[in-house]
Amino acid sequence: MCGGAGKPEAKDIYRPEPATLARSEGLTAHERWFEVKLDSGRPLGHMPGQFVEISVPGIGEAPISVSSAPGRNGAFELVVRNVGNVTRALHGLPAGARIGVRGPFGTSFPVDGAMRGRDVLFICGGIGLVPVRSAIQYVLDHRPDYGAVTILFGTRSPSDRLFTDETAKWAGTRGVTYMETVDRGDAGWTGKVGVITTLMPDLKIDPARTVAVVCGPPIMYKFVIIELHKMKVADENIFVSLERNMKCGVGKCGHCQINGLYVCRKGPVFRYADVNDVREAV
Amino acid sequence: MIRKQVTRQALDAWVDGLIAAGRVVGAQKKGGRYAFDDLRRAADLCLDYDVTILPPKKYFLPPKEDILRFSDGRYESVSDAAPFTLLGVHPYDMAAIAQMDKLFAQDNRDEHYLARREQATVVVCDIERMSPNIFAASVGTATAADGCDALITRVGRAYVIESHTAKGERLLAGLAGAPDADAVTLARREQLWEDNARLMSRRELRVEPRRLPRLLEDAYDHPVWEEKASQCFACGSCNLVCPTCYCFDVQDDVEWDPSRGVRRRVWDGCMLTDFATVAGKHNFRKNRADRYRHRYYRKGKYVPEKIGDFSCVGCGRCVSACVARIADPVEVYNRIAEVQ
Ligand SMILES: Cc1cc2nc3c(=O)[nH]c(=O)nc-3n(C[C@H](O)[C@H](O)[C@H](O)COP(=O)(O)OP(=O)(O)OC[C@H]3O[C@@H](n4cnc5c(N)ncnc54)[C@H](O)[C@@H]3O)c2cc1C
Ligand code: SF4
Ligand code: SF4
Ligand code: FES
Repeated sequence: MCGGAGKPEAKDIYRPEPATLARSEGLTAHERWFEVKLDSGRPLGHMPGQFVEISVPGIGEAPISVSSAPGRNGAFELVVRNVGNVTRALHGLPAGARIGVRGPFGTSFPVDGAMRGRDVLFICGGIGLVPVRSAIQYVLDHRPDYGAVTILFGTRSPSDRLFTDETAKWAGTRGVTYMETVDRGDAGWTGKVGVITTLMPDLKIDPARTVAVVCGPPIMYKFVIIELHKMKVADENIFVSLERNMKCGVGKCGHCQINGLYVCRKGPVFRYADVNDVREAV
Repeated sequence: MIRKQVTRQALDAWVDGLIAAGRVVGAQKKGGRYAFDDLRRAADLCLDYDVTILPPKKYFLPPKEDILRFSDGRYESVSDAAPFTLLGVHPYDMAAIAQMDKLFAQDNRDEHYLARREQATVVVCDIERMSPNIFAASVGTATAADGCDALITRVGRAYVIESHTAKGERLLAGLAGAPDADAVTLARREQLWEDNARLMSRRELRVEPRRLPRLLEDAYDHPVWEEKASQCFACGSCNLVCPTCYCFDVQDDVEWDPSRGVRRRVWDGCMLTDFATVAGKHNFRKNRADRYRHRYYRKGKYVPEKIGDFSCVGCGRCVSACVARIADPVEVYNRIAEVQ
């Protein structure tokens, strides 16, 4: 630090490391995809479900999930919905722009733990697909380690769907069941209409072999979990990724608390059995 | 340990010496109330104040603090931490500082807080006058001064000044010529501690703080939250004046050249309406009662579960600061204990 304190900078938990927006592409009217490279060249070293704090100098910092699986040579992917200051600024940055990165932070989906050797059911609402995509890619990259894979994706409208090329590929992959639905269709829409839970009663899963991963808007969790309970999936086998307001990402600022739990450290991924009695959780 | 006994005159001479040698901050009179501020002369130092408007946490976690500077997309850490002496901290405020020390060092070390803390020499003074809403004796913070570098206690017309750390010993070097405290005075000091530990409370917390985490577990739906919170203005004053509230927001500020600027942290408060709001205007603590309860759970359960200390040190500042007259930990926790 400058200013006389004389401590090594590397220890400052708030200091972002320099990174570059390598590429970006609009996915929908509100969401944009980014590929980010750390200037140091080091791989981010994340696991699926973890997040990074992204800094736009002069604007601020926002927690964003890593959307790609680990191990893709130094670069990692993000998808950002334009909702406010930092996210709007990110949308406006050209390729090559300098940003700051801290992280990875938080817990991850148990791709090497509880999910291994099991059937996996992914349930994503809207940009809930963004962090879960990292886990889906990971599972498909290590296909023999998992049983049947089921992916449910629900969005408000057809134009809100993300990664349509990739989801189409998933749909065509053997051993993968992919289903999608929209709250409201449009003129060209021939697919399913209805909230995501309408996809669930038709599922043929073996609850004893299945691990469910749930991520979506706050309102979604309650209803999805009711359906999972009807399907006899135990709380131990349900993993949720929960969003909260986050300012520091490192357990200090207090913004992310769910009762006594710090989501930035004990989450964002929780085993549902660990939070089902935490009143502010879902 | 150095243990001197001095007159007020000698104490002032020593303090003036400290001021000549470096930055000294002390409790002072400010328009009928008291506040910590830079000390220009020993005569301004108040050791018989009842309570300061703000706790001394502002010297370790300033209301606004530059933590990073950036230019051309590179961030560097900044800190203006520099040596200073903090004079006349009450034991309950010292207890709060000791808690913050744990919280900022735990898990991820916060170098900004810790740098300021390392640069400080903290001198506690025993309480001479009770503030209108103090209940420190009820929570065990009326005398214990763990973590301080030196301790001043007024015993009659004399002051006992005692060092607790190497930093404190260095501070007391200027008192080398003063006599060591005598046995009678030390015995009277002992008695004074006993009295303070018993009497420094206007009201009694009728529940042992270490029982609160368990009691609160069953009090989530207690009517007290809704009852009190229905009158809350969400002004955040109770957060602002609290020595153990340390939540913060982070903001960027640019210079005339927008590629250069600073990142700052600023005090925030869980009682403010949008503390837990995220995109889409979804507020995870939308109801005042949710926010109100959160504050008392934090003091009584969440922080204790993190560091083992009851996180209300009984200064009573929130009680005085709340215009709605609802921010009283004693009343709230006694209510919770009642029904059990
Ligand atoms: C672990 C985690 C992972 C995340 N992953 C992603 C991701 O992959 N992609 C993604 O797009 N987002 C993600 N988010 C959400 C993202 O962090 C937020 O959308 C982002 O922080 C918004 O920052 P901003 O500066 O753009 O918005 P801000 O300018 O801070 O405002 C954002 C919105 O918050 C609300 N808000 C904030 N303050 C107030 C206030 N004072 N009054 C009223 N409303 C207010 C408003 O609705 C406002 O539009 C994630 C969040 C978390 C916690
Ligand atoms: S809650 Fe109130 S009485 Fe307790 S430490 Fe904070 S300001 Fe003081
Ligand atoms: S000081 Fe009183 S009115 Fe203001 S936020 Fe606190 S409890 Fe509510
Ligand atoms: S985001 Fe600051 S404590 Fe979790």
